[in-house]
Amino acid sequence: MPVRIANNGKIWQRYDTTTRLRLWGGWLGGTVITLICWQLIANRTRWEFAADAPRQLAIFLQRVFPPDWSYINQLWQPLWDTLTIATLGTLLAVIIALPLSFLAARNTTPHPVIRYLTLLIIVVSRSVNSLIWALIIVAITGPGVLAGIIAIALRSIGFIGKLAFESVEETSREPVEAITATGASRLQVLSYSILPQVMPSFAGISIFRWDINIREATVIGLVGAGGIGLNLNATVNLLRWDQAGMIFVVIFGLVLISEAISARVRQAII
Amino acid sequence: MAEITSPSPYRRWRKPPLIKNPWLRWGVVIGALVYLALAISSVSVDSARIARGLERGGRMIAAFLQPDFVSRWDDIQIGVLESLTMTVVSTIAGVLLSVPIGLGAARNIVPTPIYLICRGIITLSRTFQEVVIAIVFVVMFGFGPLAGVCTLAFATIGFLAKLLAEDIEEIDPAPLEAIRATGAGWLKTITYAVMPQVSARLVGLSVYRFDINLRESAIVGIVGAGGIGSTLQTTFNRYDYDVAGAILIIIITLVMMTELVSAQIRKRLQ
Repeated sequence: MPVRIANNGKIWQRYDTTTRLRLWGGWLGGTVITLICWQLIANRTRWEFAADAPRQLAIFLQRVFPPDWSYINQLWQPLWDTLTIATLGTLLAVIIALPLSFLAARNTTPHPVIRYLTLLIIVVSRSVNSLIWALIIVAITGPGVLAGIIAIALRSIGFIGKLAFESVEETSREPVEAITATGASRLQVLSYSILPQVMPSFAGISIFRWDINIREATVIGLVGAGGIGLNLNATVNLLRWDQAGMIFVVIFGLVLISEAISARVRQAII
Repeated sequence: MAEITSPSPYRRWRKPPLIKNPWLRWGVVIGALVYLALAISSVSVDSARIARGLERGGRMIAAFLQPDFVSRWDDIQIGVLESLTMTVVSTIAGVLLSVPIGLGAARNIVPTPIYLICRGIITLSRTFQEVVIAIVFVVMFGFGPLAGVCTLAFATIGFLAKLLAEDIEEIDPAPLEAIRATGAGWLKTITYAVMPQVSARLVGLSVYRFDINLRESAIVGIVGAGGIGSTLQTTFNRYDYDVAGAILIIIITLVMMTELVSAQIRKRLQ
């Protein structure tokens, strides 16, 4: 702990002078960058609209509450579609991502070149948002649930693949050596020594992603990829805020339930 | 295992099943199969549309391979700059909001009413996907990046405040007691007993959230909340796939770069 001598005794300090200067410089730089960024955003904002925000919020809340409860009758099908998109999308992603994870893990990959190719697939899949994948897929398959399933799967491959290959890399060597010593083939080593070690975390990762996908599936309809987002888009465009309010309520319920399920299942597995 | 010849074919060793209780195991399997059958049968596939779409998909891939950065460069530049500035400002604002809310949502340091309010805010923010939140903020502030900043800042709370609160609930209580015993007030207890224990992880999580906000800033534009998303959607609507390809490449590069930097920072913090 640096101590500074002042005229009336020793003064205790947490950092020495250089560290303090560096910290201070970091804070200053950060603040300046933030202010510059804020300036750019402020320039591109219509402040006369923004100043109106509290009134707009009040009007918005008035229109949303009470929600149009009877609209729920038209929401069962979109809800089912949303669930289907999330579940089948996750399933498709799991089927593709798990083999990829063995190709990408350092200890199971057949060849470094394959490893880097797989890592590239995982990174590209992760970097593009579900909604952007949905934009791309809708252009190919046309609007609908199928586009949503594919979009969700394409985004989830990277997520599941990354977490899964990390857990494969963390497996213990000893069971692998033991099974190899029995003269087992590569595939047998994989299924009897590595798979049992990573199965719980694979299941946990998949359920976790399913939970996230429910949330994503509620919005990809905004670009036409099916699910409750289609209705949300329609009601917002028609300014039927009472119906939009009902959709918000339904989404809230759906996400809370799926989160509870996912938490329960993960607790049971891990 | 095939080489092992067991004395009786009935005494061969089998892998233990994942779920021990046979009723539960078969129940889960049958339930899953029934659900899958229902879900898959509810997905309508328009094969004629897909056949036409595949041809378009081919053109799309061809266009992605020859991205056009030039012809819409002005729009792209504005969009990317907006996305980046939105990310910076919203992350800073989100962190500043998350710290008090995270403190308020930690059961061990605040009274129950405050705890419930803060948990409520976190749940609200976590439940809704960024785009849904963006719809509300666009209603309040009008089109433009300000709505996006508010969206991402609000979404940051759900992530950061929740994890911060969980961290605080798990801190070592001894320093807390020691500082309280000196007669320090609530604020001093927080500064000297709580924050030093969680600040390193808070910085790491903030950097991680910066990553997520950059990804999300690319899509909130789809509902008019600024950033590159609206430009991207326009290019898809106009079938300008070469421009879309350029934008996607920029997004992927930016996301990969920030991910690398943030991984480095987080590694150094640990």
